[in-house]
Amino acid sequence: MRRSRIGLSLYAVAYLAFLYVPVLFLPLFSFNNSVFIAFPLNGFTTQWYGQMLADSAMLHALRNSLEVGAITAAVSTLLGLLAAKALTRYRVPGGGAVLAFTSLPLFIPDIVLGISLLILLNLAGVPLSLVTVIAGHCLICIPFAITVLMSRLDGFDKSLEEASLDLGENGWMTFWRVTFPLALPGIISSLLLTFIVSFDEFLIAYFLAGSEATLPIYIWGQLRFPYKLPAVLALGALILVASAILVVIAEWVRNHGIKDGKRAVVGA
Amino acid sequence: MSEDFLRIAHVSKRFGGVTAVDDADLAIARGEFFSLLGPSGCGKTTLLRMIAGFEYPSAGDIFVEGARITDLPPNQRPSNMVFQSYAIFPHLNVFDNIAYGLRKAKLKRAELRKRVEDALAMIKLDGFGARRADQLSGGQRQRVALARALVQRPKVLLLDEPLGALDKRLREAMQIELRQLQKSVGITFVFVTHDQEEALALSDRVAVMSGGRILQIASPRELYEAPNCREVADFIGEINFFDGVVRARDGERATLDAGAAGTMTVAAPDAAGTKLLLALRPEKISLSAAGGRVAGTVAAAAYLGERSHYNIRIAGRDAPVSVAAQNTAAQAGHKVGEAVHLDWSDDAVLILRS
Repeated sequence: MRRSRIGLSLYAVAYLAFLYVPVLFLPLFSFNNSVFIAFPLNGFTTQWYGQMLADSAMLHALRNSLEVGAITAAVSTLLGLLAAKALTRYRVPGGGAVLAFTSLPLFIPDIVLGISLLILLNLAGVPLSLVTVIAGHCLICIPFAITVLMSRLDGFDKSLEEASLDLGENGWMTFWRVTFPLALPGIISSLLLTFIVSFDEFLIAYFLAGSEATLPIYIWGQLRFPYKLPAVLALGALILVASAILVVIAEWVRNHGIKDGKRAVVGA
Repeated sequence: MSEDFLRIAHVSKRFGGVTAVDDADLAIARGEFFSLLGPSGCGKTTLLRMIAGFEYPSAGDIFVEGARITDLPPNQRPSNMVFQSYAIFPHLNVFDNIAYGLRKAKLKRAELRKRVEDALAMIKLDGFGARRADQLSGGQRQRVALARALVQRPKVLLLDEPLGALDKRLREAMQIELRQLQKSVGITFVFVTHDQEEALALSDRVAVMSGGRILQIASPRELYEAPNCREVADFIGEINFFDGVVRARDGERATLDAGAAGTMTVAAPDAAGTKLLLALRPEKISLSAAGGRVAGTVAAAAYLGERSHYNIRIAGRDAPVSVAAQNTAAQAGHKVGEAVHLDWSDDAVLILRS
């Protein structure tokens, strides 16, 4: 009994270490005073952060990624919300098939999706740019948005929306006064999730970006030049900190956000 | 005019191949407490949702004060609804829940506050305005839902099993409150329930529904004392059925042969030889050790406090006869296995033509 508990604890610690120790190498080596990523550490420096800030190509790629991620998140969450509302609230003919088809991009390998989109855009004569990357990213992000938002919309009593209509509001105001505030935690989750999926997506961006580069593409290109690697680590460390802050915010919204409408229908 | 305050004219609703409501045709008077009663799936909630505007009739029309409302969306109808789940907005407090529909009406701030506070006083929840929905008990949520609908000053209040989620004691208290409230505000109530006792206790009139059809519309007393068919008689309270045949006529009255239940003379216009379905409520039958129409033995006895319930087995009949006796004396009632006699008045016999 006791032995197996110790075994499980060791397993849990090893598991967490395997997950997070590699990630911690990023900030560690970003402050290491050496071009080589190896132990022992040489000494503390912030020069790589300076180098990163001076690298205009890298900052340009970061900007591109932030732009693509933000627009993708907004577009796919908006479209996902409309689809989720339709699928959970109305009798959609062939609703199951619609859901299956919109989820399909999740199961198609990104490399296949990237090549097919490239062929399609070439045939249609559409020039490659960040816009085409956004279109490709929306394709893979919308299923995530629909899944997150459907579970949120299914999670509250649909008679809440009927009550709003019954009390004199029209469909649009009902959406703003009832559906939107209740779905807000789901909308925020969806925005964060789709942003992250887009931000670190490589394959589709690689095929569709044309002469522009998103951050993953830029970093991939830099791996050939060892002396540039520490600056990439510095950027990675900053992104890590930003993600940690985002996750904390997301969790806070989830816990302190609007309480479920479904809970305690009968609470005596 | 007042007879046709709310008129449901030959309304049907089909979902695919299923007919949920089949040719419902009824008129509800101004200020009436009207119940739709039936087992789950009988179409009562669908009919209520058509009055509210959440479902569109496949056929027929709905009128309020002579004006056709069939095509109006829910937000333009002169009705408000109390939902089965209460549908209290979880992101708003009690005050804002009740004020929800009033904000639309663009009232002055003071006027709005007064109307909400009056509504809170009406449901005896003064000072609860700042509470959140999840800080309320079931009965309080039910009252907030009621206030939120009534503050709109609807012509018709629709209630979808509003007491179904409450425990028995609270439900009985709320029944009395609801009835008093309805009398004081004078608004027409359309009340959906599957609980026949609740329907009888609250309503001016009740429509009994089954399989999408309305079987009978009548006052509670009439439904109980003069059901128009076997289904209604069976659904409202408990009842014993007998088959009978008309043997002889004497003017208005016919003498019936009811097999094991003996012969009886009732007011019936049917000719000799006609087969009839007879019904007898358990409390209309008296039991005695001495003598009566039919002899039997006690097969089961249950003591229920103010009354006792017996199943009496009689010769020539498979199903036992159900009898209810008031426990007017403190001494013990009849015991299982005891020989008893059943008696009843001929006038207590209901004649159902089916």
